[in-house]
Order: sequence, then C-alpha cells, then structure tokens
Amino acid sequence: MGILTWTWILVGITFAIYIGIAIWARANTSKEFYIAGGGVPPIINGMATAADWMSAASFISLAGIVSFTGYDGSVYLLGWTGGYVLLALLLAPYLRKFGKFTVPDFIGDRYYSNVARFVAVVAALIISFTYVAGQMRGVGIVFSRYLEVDINTGVYIGMGIVLFYAVLGGMKGITYTQVAQYCVLIFAFMVPAIFISFQLTGNLIPQLGFGSTGEDGIYLLDKLDGLQKELGFHEYTSGSKSMVDVLAITFALMVGTAGLPHVIVRFFTVPKVKDARISAGWALLFITIMYTTIPAVAVFARINLIETVSEKKYDELPEWFGNWETTGLLKFEDKNKDGIVQYVADESVNELTIDRDIMVLANPEIAKLPNWVIALVGAGGLAAALSTAAGLLLVIASSISHDLIKKMINPNISEKNELIAARLSAVVAVMIAGWFGINPPGFVAAVVALAFGLAAASFFPAIVLGIFYKRMNKEGAIAGMVVGLCLMIFYMLKFKFGTFDGGKEAVAGLKEDWWFGISPEGFGTVAMAANFIVSIVISKFTPPPPQEVQDIVEDIRIPSGASNATHH
Amino acid sequence: MPKKEKMKKYWKENIRYLVILLTIWFIVSYGFGILLVDQLNSIKLGGFKLGFWFAQQGAMYVFVVLIFVYVRLMNKLDKKYDIHE
Repeated sequence: MGILTWTWILVGITFAIYIGIAIWARANTSKEFYIAGGGVPPIINGMATAADWMSAASFISLAGIVSFTGYDGSVYLLGWTGGYVLLALLLAPYLRKFGKFTVPDFIGDRYYSNVARFVAVVAALIISFTYVAGQMRGVGIVFSRYLEVDINTGVYIGMGIVLFYAVLGGMKGITYTQVAQYCVLIFAFMVPAIFISFQLTGNLIPQLGFGSTGEDGIYLLDKLDGLQKELGFHEYTSGSKSMVDVLAITFALMVGTAGLPHVIVRFFTVPKVKDARISAGWALLFITIMYTTIPAVAVFARINLIETVSEKKYDELPEWFGNWETTGLLKFEDKNKDGIVQYVADESVNELTIDRDIMVLANPEIAKLPNWVIALVGAGGLAAALSTAAGLLLVIASSISHDLIKKMINPNISEKNELIAARLSAVVAVMIAGWFGINPPGFVAAVVALAFGLAAASFFPAIVLGIFYKRMNKEGAIAGMVVGLCLMIFYMLKFKFGTFDGGKEAVAGLKEDWWFGISPEGFGTVAMAANFIVSIVISKFTPPPPQEVQDIVEDIRIPSGASNATHH
Repeated sequence: MPKKEKMKKYWKENIRYLVILLTIWFIVSYGFGILLVDQLNSIKLGGFKLGFWFAQQGAMYVFVVLIFVYVRLMNKLDKKYDIHE
C-alpha cells in the first residue's frame, strides 16, 4: 500500500476514535465543562497534560531546531521540561487547594479585585490566541503535506473536529481525547526513532543510541562534530549563543511554562491536592519520553541527511529528495554547475536550503522505513496539533463565559445559561482560531516566544506571590502584572518587529542594543523580575489585604479539605 | 501544639524541602548544563560529553525524579502533621 492510502487509513481511524470519545464524554454541567467535574485520576491527567503541552511545534519542529543548532537547542529541551518542576513545587498543589475553575479566578479572588481579574483575562486571551493560531496552521500544513489537500481545507477539517469535541465535551471531552492523542503521538514519534536508532547503532533505545558507535566504530557525536567542522558549521556539541542569553532563554521558557493558563488549569481537574502534585510528575514523565528522544532524532537525522546528500550527484539522489523539493521544504540551486550537491556553512557556496521541519517529516523516508511508519508521523502531527488547540480553546471559552460573563457582567446567570455561554464562546474561539489559521499573520512563528514571555511576565509572579507572600495586596499585584506585560510587549515590538526603528529590516541591526545582551526570547526573565520588584515595592506602600484574604492564603497552604472547596 | 503553631512548622518544613529540591533543579540544569558545560565536556560518558549530556538528557531525568521525590516527602509530611485528605 502507498503512503497516501496508509495515511488516510490512520488519520481516519484516529479521528473516529476522537469523535467516539467526545460522544461518550459529554459535559452536562458547567463544572464538567470547565474542569471535567474535578474527578480525573492523576495518571490520566498527567497523560492529558502531556498531550495538551506538546504542540505541533514540539512534534514537527523541535527535533529540526535541535538538529540545526546542536547544543544551543538545549534551551528548549531544558526550558520546556524544567518548568514542570516549578509547576509541581510552587503552583499546582496550592491552586488545586484553592479549587476554582480558571487562572483569572485565582487572581481575581486572591487579589479581591475585578480589575486584577480583568487584567488576568486579557493576559490569558492574548497568550492563548497567539498560541492557538500556530496550532490551526499546523493542522493545515500536516494535511497538505501528507494527504495532498489544500492547506485551507486542512484547517477547515481541523476546525470541524475540534469544534465537535470541545463544544460537546468541554474539559471532560478534551481530557479523554487528549489521552488518546498522547498515545497516538508518542507511538508515532517513538516508532521511527527506534527504527533509525537500531539502523545506525544497533541500539533499540534512541536515548542511548545517539551516545553509541555507528557501523564504523566511531561515536556518532564525534562523527557529527567532525562532519560539521568539515562543512564549516559550528561543532554540534558546543554552542554559538552567549551564555547570558542561554541562561535567560532557558529561564524564561521554564517560568513561562509554569505560567501558561492551559497547563495550569489541568491541575484543577484532579480530586485532591496530593493528586495535583503527582499528576505533575506523571505529566513530566510522559513529556520526557518524547523530549529525551528529540535530541537523539536530531543527531540521527543530521547524520543521515549529510551523508545522503553532501557531495553527491544531484541526478542520483534518492526519490524522497525530489518529493520534498516539490513541497518547497528542500531547495537545490547548482551554483557552480557541477551537478553535485555542495552543502556547507558558507552562504556563497552552499547550494542546499533545508526547512528544519523536514527533520521529522522526512526522517522516516530518508531512513527508508516502511510506508505505514511514514504515514504514522502524519497522524502523530495531527494529534499533537489538535490536542494543544483544544486545550487552548477551552481556556479562551472559559475566560469569556466564566470570568467575564459569570464573574463580572452577569453574576446571576443560571447554570444552564452559563453552559450555553461556554459552548457559544468555544464556537466563536474556534472560528477566530480558524481564521488565523487560514490568514496566518506573518508573525506566528515569532509570537510563540511572546506567549511564553507574557506568561512569565504576568501570571507566574502574581500566582507565586499570591501563595508564598501573604502580605501581597491587589495594588502590588495589578501594578506588577501591568508593568511586566507592557515591558514584555514593548521589548518584543522593539527588538522582534522593529516597530520603532523602521520595521522588520531594522531588527538585525538592533542586536547590539539588546538590554544586558538578552534576546527577545529570553526577555521574559527580565520582565518577570520587573514584575516581582514592582509588586513587592508597591505592596509595601499600600494597605495589606483584608483578613479574610489572608485566611484564604493560610488555608491554601494546607492540603486537607480540598474536596469541599470546589463548591462556590 | 496549638493549630496555628503546628501549621507554621508544617509550612517551614515545606519551604525547606522546596529550597533543597530547587537547588538541585538549578544545579543540574543551569549549573551542569549551562554554566559549567565547558568544564564538564572534558569528561566523557560513553559517546557523550558530560556537559552536553546534562543539557540534552541528564537534567530532564533529574527533573522527573525531583517531582516524585517531592510527592513522597510531602505525603509523609502531610501525615506527620495530620492534614492529609
């Protein structure tokens, strides 16, 4: 059977499973819609969190990024896993004890202020929309590459399926489809990785394989370092970024991870405080299975690619090369007209342009794996994109129906109407996300970093101070969030988009002016620090929070009695 | 022991665990993976340079272990102070 047939079969089966689960796990109350009724077992929640967390970018792009940047790619590996330690130790158990439905819920109640709640809603909406746009685009791209349909058709199909299970099932439906999606995506990622590891090193475990020797008895990493040097690239196992920037980016990604509302909200869905702690552990374990495989895939793919194409006759290259050339992900330009591919670091001589996504998408073909394995990667990419999109859409829907409508505009809304409002908000959110997927703003790739920076600059300090610093009051928290958000947005506009210096073209020239030598990707660290400082200073000069709020803080610090706290 | 006193002690022990665990978190990622990466890279672990291994493998394994250790410690602490659910 051909790749296309296999892909349609696998995508068809997985989509049927998602729809089946959605019908089985319908939400009947607003509590089920927002937090799956609060009865999700911790290991299930861990798996759902892992799928929620690992997006189209993790699945499709991350191995490619690591493959092309080597050691520098570590910032993403460390940043996107280390944040779970912060989440487990500093946030999850306390937020679960607090026991509400959303992150703005916590901010609004802890800081006894609808202004604080509103700032949190705005931050949650900006973060989630920037993030979800990329996911819908990702669905379209996977469809177009694997199923040969138009990208927009792919986005419509993706919208249809997410609409179905997010609107019908709410958090309950999403949780159980995410479990299925985790299984699909991890299987789809691991199978090719194991095949290739065995081919190259004889070791079935990719994590060990990329530290072993190849057929020629040379360690793979030593060989790759040698190849890279020969072609003029920097050594694979050492970096080219400045140390201060590596530190700042890693920290911003960790703290941003811990502050992302669609991740935090998952910890409201478990029954007990104890479960919130351990489900963060399960989530990280499930994520780490993929994240420790990514650097192995990166090394295998890089070696395979260089050995297959470098200094080879263009006419004799394998079939996949031509296939991917037609998608535009590979470009060959025979500059010196010798009919041989020169792939080197020097731009004036280099003849091959490679899109980083190809490292995962074409990897099974490059390694000559069977057709069903190649098709599996398509189904896996869709699972990754859909699961993350659904989680984000739910945050958007609940921010509108719960935080804005129920808590601020119409507190007397009935349970039934709130559920209707939640479903309608989800429909609108899917439409807007789909619109972004079809008309992607040029900055989609750039704003993913912005989403983390914003989460780091706004939510993380407000939540941590809310738990660990009883004296923190609304004046401090609001000022801190506003300063953090504005500073982050200003820095991104200035150094990522060149808004104040004549547009995109000016960005490269502004590198010299970076504050403390920190890139926009790492600036979340600075904005977060600014938030902490402003919050604490302002709170010193303003009245302490009322006694009942201080009592709440005392109460969330101890686990007992959590199961009653959800009724409000 | 009065309840308030007890809770204060519980919270203090909790914070002590956090400080210890987060110090380890910092050392394996920022320490071994970034700040000391060049020094550690002179040591080899099979085919891996040690600093590179921490940055792309080791630190992540330690993160997972840290959370499960935290869970164990806290479950015990909750029992000790009789505030488990």
